[in-house]
Amino acid sequence: MTQTQKVATRDAYGDALVSLGRKRNDVVVLDADLSGSTKTSKFAKAFPARFFNIGIAEQDMMGTAAGLAIGGKLPFVSTFAVFATGRAWEQVRQSICYPNLNVKIVASHAGVTVGEDGGSHQSVEDIAVMRVIPHMTVIVPADGVETLQAIEAAAEHQGPCYVRTGRNKVPVIFGPDYKFRIGKAHVFNEGKDAAVIATGIMVAEALKARDLLKAEGIDAGVINMSTIKPIDTHAVLAAAKRCGAIVSAEEHSIIGGLGGAVAEALSESAPVPMVRIGVKDVFGTSGDQEGLLRHYGLSAVDIAAAVKEVIKKKKEPR
Amino acid sequence: MAVTEEQLKTLREKARRVCIDILKMLTECGSGHTGGSLSAADIVTALYFYKMKFDPKRPDWRDRDNFILSKGHAAPVLYTALAHAGFIEHAELCTLRKLGSRLQGHPDSKCMPGVEISTGSLGQGLSVANGLALAHKLDKSASRIYALLGDGELQEGQIWEAAMTAAHYRLDNVCALVDNNGLQIDGPVEKVMGVEPITDKWRAFGWEVFDIDGHDMAAITAALDRAETVKGRPTMIVCRTVKGKGSKVFEGKVEFHGTTPSKEELDIAMKELSEETVCK
Repeated sequence: MTQTQKVATRDAYGDALVSLGRKRNDVVVLDADLSGSTKTSKFAKAFPARFFNIGIAEQDMMGTAAGLAIGGKLPFVSTFAVFATGRAWEQVRQSICYPNLNVKIVASHAGVTVGEDGGSHQSVEDIAVMRVIPHMTVIVPADGVETLQAIEAAAEHQGPCYVRTGRNKVPVIFGPDYKFRIGKAHVFNEGKDAAVIATGIMVAEALKARDLLKAEGIDAGVINMSTIKPIDTHAVLAAAKRCGAIVSAEEHSIIGGLGGAVAEALSESAPVPMVRIGVKDVFGTSGDQEGLLRHYGLSAVDIAAAVKEVIKKKKEPR
Repeated sequence: MAVTEEQLKTLREKARRVCIDILKMLTECGSGHTGGSLSAADIVTALYFYKMKFDPKRPDWRDRDNFILSKGHAAPVLYTALAHAGFIEHAELCTLRKLGSRLQGHPDSKCMPGVEISTGSLGQGLSVANGLALAHKLDKSASRIYALLGDGELQEGQIWEAAMTAAHYRLDNVCALVDNNGLQIDGPVEKVMGVEPITDKWRAFGWEVFDIDGHDMAAITAALDRAETVKGRPTMIVCRTVKGKGSKVFEGKVEFHGTTPSKEELDIAMKELSEETVCK
């Protein structure tokens, strides 16, 4: 694991689009006046005829993408996560998911690490509101390498996908030999005392937490759950059976996202103690990345504390 | 090439049959949208049996024209047109809204051949039409896209986003039509939330606009012909219509927006519809 190199997942998305655009001429890209931020500007520069700026009109953008899909194109639609999934939720439901159209929504600036822009722009509900729509696949890549592969996989997948990317540079976790598959979790280490199931930028934090815990003699497993839907139930249940305690970690509300999906899988088939790391049913606030992660209890230290808490729960008589 | 008198006669007769089938299927079903299906019957008939290219044996034929019923609650008029066009059997019309039927309460493109996209939530169809238009332009296809909107539907903000997009990208392959019947579920459109002046608004948004009698088959076909000659901008045909057109039982009555005829009302309407003069 090379922690030295850092890449923003939105940058990896921009590069992935250009490479995809070279391979497939059915790929078209839509943005709502944020192409410089979402990095679709890279595609726009390379393939101007296949790029459509729809202006500040996210609802119209989703419908336009649906029409392009009916017309045989492979549309990638981008804006900030809060607008893609909030402002245009019903268009995503009615015009994309209900007819099961092949539209890929790739949103950037997800989670609280948007930072200084504050709560209005910090999407902590997007995974939940995308996950609940039938036909939708939800992917949250952990680093640049995984983003690149997730975009390729989304392009191959038939049907609507939501891919969540972030604004800031995050550590590169995966090497060139990593192989992403939709619906398949990646187990870094199995662990014995508890397993941390993390997604997105929280995977790097979970790996740091694992090292902190190791120094204290605690063996915590780390699983990258980059596909939230369909969730890798097998990986969740295997971790529950092996460790008997689960911590979920996401840069998203503790309601309805990864924590919700993991809890659903556990409660039906392998109920074990669980602690959810995430934004605790509050809106975001302005600040810097590191400060915000600490403020909302999303740092490696917080994950390590949650692991100790869940191990304690495991030992309590139930 | 202009429409012939013979064609007009056939189209008027077709529209009359469409009205009859709409009323029969809605009465059989006992729920659905009568007024807005009947007001659009002449427009949809002109589209399917005069203007549009399609092949019922190959609903996905690449060179077809596309029709999007943005006012999805008028599904009965679309289903009836699809039956008359050969996409489905006439007998299937009586399955409207029943469990297991392809004829969902609002059109569902997943199961219904000839339906380009599922609609029902208002305000979304014009955006989809624009996307199709962009795809056709990229493919240098001559296919045209027709989208039918309601006048109440113009209250949705997304319509005006789409109006800008179509003009901005010079989508002259888009022809939208408004079924301007003046009534919405809570009452007269101008009382609920005024949308007039409709023609001025679309002109201001950069569209070519025609204002016609939406029950005059000669006017509808002429406007559809003219729309094809417009270059560099999209066309809006504002069709002035009568909600519930076809029988005095329903005409201009807001209560028939979302209700269906009783057997007695159907009988009265059937008698009226047999009159040659009912559908112009």
